[in-house]
Amino acid sequence: MAEPLVRIEHVFKRFVLHKDKSLKDRVLYWGSRSKSRSEFHALDDVSLEIGLGETVGLIGHNGSGKSTLLKVIGGIIEASRGDVFRRGRVAALLELGAGFHPDLSGRENVYLNAALLGMSTAETDAVFDDIVEFSGIGEFIDSQVKFYSSGMYVRLAFSVAVHSDPDLLLVDEVLAVGDEPFQLKCMNKIRNFQKEGRTIILVSHSSEQVADVCTRVVVLDGGRVVHDGDVGTGIRVLREGYERDRLAGEEHAPGESAHPAVEIDSVTLSGPDGRPLGGAPLPRGTDVELTIHAHLHEPIEWVTGFSLHSTLGQIVYRLNTEGLGLDMPTVPGRYDIRFVIPATNFGFNRLVVSAGATDGGGEPIALLDPAGTLDFADDPIGAGVVQFEASGTVTPIVA
Amino acid sequence: MPERSGAEGARVVNEPLRRIGRDNSLGRGTWMSLVEVFDHRELLGRLVSREVRAKYKNSSLGIVWSLMRPLAQLLIYYVAIGQFLGAARSIPDFAIFVFTGLTAWSLYSEIITAGTNSIVNNSGLVKKVYVPREIFPLAAVGASIFNFLVQFVILVVATLVLGQAPLHADLAYLPLSVLLILTFATALALVLSALNVYLRDVQHLIEILLLVLFWASPIVYSMGFVHSAIGGTVLEEIYLANPVTLGVLGMQKAMWVSGSEDPTQYWPEFLWLRMLIAIVVCGILLLVAQRVFSRLQSNFAQEL
Repeated sequence: MAEPLVRIEHVFKRFVLHKDKSLKDRVLYWGSRSKSRSEFHALDDVSLEIGLGETVGLIGHNGSGKSTLLKVIGGIIEASRGDVFRRGRVAALLELGAGFHPDLSGRENVYLNAALLGMSTAETDAVFDDIVEFSGIGEFIDSQVKFYSSGMYVRLAFSVAVHSDPDLLLVDEVLAVGDEPFQLKCMNKIRNFQKEGRTIILVSHSSEQVADVCTRVVVLDGGRVVHDGDVGTGIRVLREGYERDRLAGEEHAPGESAHPAVEIDSVTLSGPDGRPLGGAPLPRGTDVELTIHAHLHEPIEWVTGFSLHSTLGQIVYRLNTEGLGLDMPTVPGRYDIRFVIPATNFGFNRLVVSAGATDGGGEPIALLDPAGTLDFADDPIGAGVVQFEASGTVTPIVA
Repeated sequence: MPERSGAEGARVVNEPLRRIGRDNSLGRGTWMSLVEVFDHRELLGRLVSREVRAKYKNSSLGIVWSLMRPLAQLLIYYVAIGQFLGAARSIPDFAIFVFTGLTAWSLYSEIITAGTNSIVNNSGLVKKVYVPREIFPLAAVGASIFNFLVQFVILVVATLVLGQAPLHADLAYLPLSVLLILTFATALALVLSALNVYLRDVQHLIEILLLVLFWASPIVYSMGFVHSAIGGTVLEEIYLANPVTLGVLGMQKAMWVSGSEDPTQYWPEFLWLRMLIAIVVCGILLLVAQRVFSRLQSNFAQEL
């Protein structure tokens, strides 16, 4: 590979958090200064090389250091230790419109923002019409930006940034703004950039977005690189990280002391033959049986059910006894409630099961989350949230 | 700008890898910062015009407001100190005298106040985009120079109207005086703007200090009063060591014709030499200030 565009060598970033800010505090607590400082490592020995034309997704949960890394690459934050090398022109879409002054007109702000991104007046003149065209601001370009809607604001700022002819574009969670057609336009612009061989570094929480555009994924956890390579594995690593955190949270959650009216002891997942599911991913069309083991302590009206959601928390399917029209016994005791989902065709690699119970009025009584997981085999043909035994044909049309 | 190929998938960046971050050594670091600021001169120009325009954008009188403050000050000092306290009796053309001093002082105080707040006020930019951070205090200096020029034009017009046009050899003091005030104020603005990021108390402290220091320069009273009070003592030397005092005196020497040609007025000896020395000292101060700024700026993005 030719010389990289960005090279990061053993970068550490340490933040010192001061708890006192004013002169009074500093004088009063001079002696105990060390107590009011706490350190934390946002980046811990990160080394990376990013080549020309790559689209790299930086992912990780909140506080994993991905935004810090982006800022270090952008030169906004200096690394505490280690070296960052970079070449070419950089445009940072860190926060759109950061350089806008509300009292100035759109036109003046375009020039100001372009200058911030390192463009000369002549260069800005050359692309000014394109910028206005792309942003769709039209005649409002000469009114003060404080009268703009937030969407217009962002559109203009994005438009300036993408017209600044960057070699390296840094994008931090900003594509979630703007209306849908504009988001589409942004993604198209980013794909264009890829085609033109520009390098893009994207920080995002949206796995879909990352999977959509990135050619490489870097997963950060606690300031360390835990994965650097192909996108699918990266996203899986991240999801496992989420799950691990959630499990850890589960263990630390204080146990419910008082006896609720209904308790959900556990959930059993089994295949069509009634045997518990093993670890292997289920092929398409497998019937799944889900049994909720509940304990009713008091004679009340109750409803129980489960939901399946993706590891990112998106609800995929929900079913309860009320929906099925089952009559629930009100005599206290232990019950098994069995649900059958025939011929599953989910397009997710992993679904998390949670089970819950409510009283007759819908007030939640018990919740078991997560109650288990379901792994599905990859769709060999298509892709999406569902999968099918799809087929197709090609027919020549003879006139 | 480096050559870039526009062909699809074959973008070429003909630039070597460069280490990003600041060099904190004295010679090379200073030079690199200078080059960096020079590369961003267009941005600097835009920021200055933003400061100037945005300030008066929504007022119908616009730029006139920037003149109201010095004119109001002039009126106060002319009436209260000149007439009531009788300072005007020994100072010819008292109005021109006061306005000259005020013009020099407001250049200084505006650079300091606006400069001190410049980084904090632009925190949105500092945190989001990399540009050499010196740009922000320098933009404040630029905007202050603009206001100074407007005020200076008024001063010149006033001297012409009163038939006291400053067309004499002492006009040579004018560039010296402006240069002195600029270097001194810029050096202070650089350091204070960086300190203000870490300790917001600085901006309040500066307001108070400026209020006090206003009276430490011969703006509303003449140097003659000072000389007759502490003439020949160390105190007078300390008083004259203040670069702002020298700047104000130089400005008066240049613009206040009736005073600089009046043998009864007192002017310190070797004023020009004192000013030259002060300029050199302030130049060194400016270099040191830039180094301090450069050190402190690396943590701006996380402290704001």
